[in-house]
Amino acid sequence: MKVPSPRLRWYERIYLFEILRGMAVTMCHLAGNLFRQSAMPTVQWPEETKPLAARLKSRHRLTVREDGSPKCVACFMCQAACPARCIHIVAEESDDPTIEKRPAVFDIDLLRCVFCGYCVEACPEDAIRMDTGEILIVSDRRDDFIVDKEFLLYDKREKEPLDRKANEPEGTDDAGLTPPPDTPAEGEDRIPTSYGSRQNAKIPAEW
Amino acid sequence: MSFLPAAFLASAATAVLVWAIELSMIPVLVWLERKGSAFIQDRTGPNRAAVLGIRLGGIIHTIADVVKLMFKEDVTPRQVNRFYYTLAPMIAMGIALLTFGVIPIADDLPLRGSVLHWQVLKIDAGLLWVFAVGSLGVLAIIFAGWASNNHYAILGGLRSSAQLVSYELGLGLSALGIVMVFGTLDLNAIVQAQGSILFGFLPKWGIVVQPLAGILFLVAAIAECNRTPFDLPEGESEIIGYHVEYSSLKFALFFMAEYVNIVVAAALTTTLFFGGWQIPWVTTESLEAHTGIVGPAILAGTAVVALALMALSLAWSRKLHRLYTDARRHEGTFWAIVLGIGAVAAAAAAYFVYAHPLGGIGPAVFARVVQFGAFMAKVVFFSFLFIWVRWTLPRFRYDQLMSLGWKNILPLALANVAVTGIVLRWIGR
Repeated sequence: MKVPSPRLRWYERIYLFEILRGMAVTMCHLAGNLFRQSAMPTVQWPEETKPLAARLKSRHRLTVREDGSPKCVACFMCQAACPARCIHIVAEESDDPTIEKRPAVFDIDLLRCVFCGYCVEACPEDAIRMDTGEILIVSDRRDDFIVDKEFLLYDKREKEPLDRKANEPEGTDDAGLTPPPDTPAEGEDRIPTSYGSRQNAKIPAEW
Repeated sequence: MSFLPAAFLASAATAVLVWAIELSMIPVLVWLERKGSAFIQDRTGPNRAAVLGIRLGGIIHTIADVVKLMFKEDVTPRQVNRFYYTLAPMIAMGIALLTFGVIPIADDLPLRGSVLHWQVLKIDAGLLWVFAVGSLGVLAIIFAGWASNNHYAILGGLRSSAQLVSYELGLGLSALGIVMVFGTLDLNAIVQAQGSILFGFLPKWGIVVQPLAGILFLVAAIAECNRTPFDLPEGESEIIGYHVEYSSLKFALFFMAEYVNIVVAAALTTTLFFGGWQIPWVTTESLEAHTGIVGPAILAGTAVVALALMALSLAWSRKLHRLYTDARRHEGTFWAIVLGIGAVAAAAAAYFVYAHPLGGIGPAVFARVVQFGAFMAKVVFFSFLFIWVRWTLPRFRYDQLMSLGWKNILPLALANVAVTGIVLRWIGR
């Protein structure tokens, strides 16, 4: 169908005045941003970070019971549900008679992981969560990306489980995410986790 | 060209200066483009590359760019026509640099009986040199497109060369209007003629006596440089251009040649239409006569500006200390120190020049230096105009581009020439 277009007057047809108007808009943006650079929407990463959504699927962590042992009962639900087959569990008998099993080995290959969250949904014990907020998973060796149970249990928020409520800093939301601090300590930068130095992972033979 | 040693040295000095201007404007223009386009688009632009912690507002990114392009792998596909493939970027850059040859950067300097010209080439052809040499630049594109042995490159080369050829006509005819009004092809004479006053208050700049030709020239110059809105041949994100098969330094040469073309087009526009090295309402003689006041005034003004910027740097350093933990914190204090030293030096120089006025050839040289500064300011402004227009307007489709060149600009330029001729005859010249 033919769309009727408006007839242009002569001063609109030569486009010069429209071009000048456009250039005025552009110059307003340029001058305004030049003199008020803090008002620009650009986030100067990594000095400033954008707040992460509460439901963001970041690096995994294993949750703990009140005595510090992992909640995981090595039921293999997450290993079965994982579409990338990146979880590797070896079960062992637990000392506690009320708990049947616990994981001896719980490795996740973060390079294979597609961060789908199926393991979190599959777990019947709320033992694995993907709410650490750590999205910067960097290393220069492939071996460092296979994280073991000790790494996954390491989480500042679960250090003193009995005093968890008292230890929670201001501004934590329901999923336990903490906004990053405003100023890093002297000499530190904002990249939170150094994956290479924490542990020495071994690639399981099955992989 | 006279073979007196002084004239030859002046020409050689101008050649070196012109070459230095063109090559040093490249990083400035790349920086202006990246930062300017970023601020226009409400983002920050490059601000990370630093030397010893000093970022210089992002200029170091340009140096990093060139170094990166130099160290990239220079891939020469096996099926290219080796000779023309290698020749094309050389021609592109060489021609772009050469076109500046007849543009005057300051007024003639009378020296002990001879006259020093501040143009590299003082030839009778004058303006014709620009068009003759500039047309050779099209060869580079045709060579690049053809020698690449790539269908898309050939099509891109044909598109670009057709565009350049079409807009050269409009360019030449617009300049013809200026030649008719000022009656000479020599660019320095044209600039000197733009110093006279019309109706008592208007400087007789090209844009005042030939407004239509000025607008047409500017549009055609933007098209000649393959800049948006006329940059479909190099297309960037939507269509393949003629330099697909080029990598590393050869591509860097094309890239830099484009920016040199911008500088040349800006210099031509200022020379023909905006008074070149002329400062409006200030003639060379009055500059020479008032050197004793103008010199210290400029230096004192520089000192005041440096002091103001130093105050801003100190305010800025507080914000930097809050934001960063590494060497970038100290940028504010670094700039405050540099600007403070600069302000003190400028103030001292102002007093010194005021107390000991220049004698002999001093005022004349000072006047030429000030005129050179005015010329450079105008060239930088028009180059920035090219960048400003690029980030304001969307791209033309190729048929719109060609139709604009042949059906709009060419008839208007011809009409301008005809009307100019009639008017000049009517006022009795």
